[in-house]
Amino acid sequence: MNIHAIRAIYRFEMSRTRRTLLQSVVSPVISTSLYFVVFGAAIGSRMTAINGVSYGAFIVPGLIMLSLLTQSISNASFGIYFPKFVGTIYEILSAPVSSIEIVAGYVGAAASKSIILGLIILATARLFVSFQIEHPLWMLAFLVLTALTFSLFGFIIGIWADNFEKLQLVPLLVVTPLTFLGGSFYSIHMLPPFWQKVTLFNPVVYLISGFRWSFYGASDVGVEISMGMTLVFLALCLAIVWCIFRTGYRLKA
Amino acid sequence: MQPIISVRQLSKTYASGFHALKQIDLEIRQGEIFALLGPNGAGKTTLISIICGIVNPSEGNVLADGHDVVRDYRAARAKIGLVPQELTTDAFETVWNTVSFSRGLFGKGPNPAHIEKVLKELSLWNKKDSKILTLSGGMKRRVMIAKALSHEPQILFLDEPTAGVDVELRRDMWAMVRSLRATGVTIILTTHYIEEAEEMADRIGVINKGELILVEDKAELMNKLGRKQLTLHLQSPLAGIPEALAGYPLELSADGKALVYTFDAQGEHTGIDVLLRRLGEAGIDFKDLQTRQSSLEDIFVSLVRERA
Repeated sequence: MNIHAIRAIYRFEMSRTRRTLLQSVVSPVISTSLYFVVFGAAIGSRMTAINGVSYGAFIVPGLIMLSLLTQSISNASFGIYFPKFVGTIYEILSAPVSSIEIVAGYVGAAASKSIILGLIILATARLFVSFQIEHPLWMLAFLVLTALTFSLFGFIIGIWADNFEKLQLVPLLVVTPLTFLGGSFYSIHMLPPFWQKVTLFNPVVYLISGFRWSFYGASDVGVEISMGMTLVFLALCLAIVWCIFRTGYRLKA
Repeated sequence: MQPIISVRQLSKTYASGFHALKQIDLEIRQGEIFALLGPNGAGKTTLISIICGIVNPSEGNVLADGHDVVRDYRAARAKIGLVPQELTTDAFETVWNTVSFSRGLFGKGPNPAHIEKVLKELSLWNKKDSKILTLSGGMKRRVMIAKALSHEPQILFLDEPTAGVDVELRRDMWAMVRSLRATGVTIILTTHYIEEAEEMADRIGVINKGELILVEDKAELMNKLGRKQLTLHLQSPLAGIPEALAGYPLELSADGKALVYTFDAQGEHTGIDVLLRRLGEAGIDFKDLQTRQSSLEDIFVSLVRERA
């Protein structure tokens, strides 16, 4: 195991975060605060409580998930796409590192970044609404697993993308809609029965539901199913990454 | 002695169908400076990329210090440093950080003293806290060399190290390569500047259209293929080569004022004495004469053209 290499990649990526602090951390915090102002305070004050939770508090887990998903993907995809784009990937490919170590460095850094961000948003949310976390360990487990899974997914996108448009394509066209439709701002029980069934095909529903359960003990789908689905996505992403490195897809001629 | 790098029956066909390398066999000796010459697109960079693990070979194998570069890539790559042709750097990082990153990537623990030594040797020490994007092209080239040397490799690949580099830096680089060799590092460089190979290399390989057409000691190569030319500047111009001299490999310059005689410097009889006597008999006077050894460049051009 080349621990030095993992640490080098990890530190390199984290120093990129520090360099771009404003866009990495500050802008998601600002946009989340805006959501609280608009949905939490302005609109939320006219909404009835859901499962006994005030609307402002209800959207907290969904908002954290929203940032966690988009930031994990953008951090990880950019992290691996950029060396490919400028050509510095040659060094990674010629170094005595295994694919596992490369993934550990890049995905670990991207996931760390979005976990830190998620916690910052959690703290920011506390300024706007009061809420409790009933199952803090489950909360952390969902936070970490989701960050890891979507950082892996971002890593895959970063390897697949051969231009900047493709880098934005999947997050914009797939992940953002799925997150908004995945119950960030509502309980899926508020949907008509037909759409409740359709929405179960949306993987993000399980992440948000499980995460919200860890806060308030109430969820749209069972927490075991949520955790199971999260692990399935994680396994799926790991399998794809394994294939990428085995074949050298978009990395080696 | 066991070669430090041995390439066996190495072939590469790209997905496009382009046959970049055709069954290359090559052995690099420990501690030598080996120059790989060849025109653009000959396969130099592909060969280096395969040895360094950036490109997968189609057939054949490569051992670096006894380790297969594919199966035993960790051990093989840890010994190799690569300075690629393109200036690809992390523009926003500082020199110190990017060089330290490379050391870690190659599995070595932090060693600020070594990084300091490398940066000083490459005259980068006063730039250590500068972001790379603020550096000139020549400085960026030095940074890339520093990255390749950060993990104390035993084998160093320099892919066109002096392309687009000014005379001073080129001299510096040659001096650096020599001092590295003095510490036991094996150096493989590709170049377009034949003067560079002539100046630096112990052995020379010529690659053309994916085939290694020649590997030879530089001195032997120069001797073996080295032709000498005798140029005679004539007193009065000639309209054509006189019949008395018809049997000689002579060329007359366009203005008729110079005769050029090509001969083999290694031969027992160069034929110069007889030629000069014949000239006298034919009444041709000359005011000056010079001889010139053909350079590696001439040899290279004729080799590549011969096989084209």
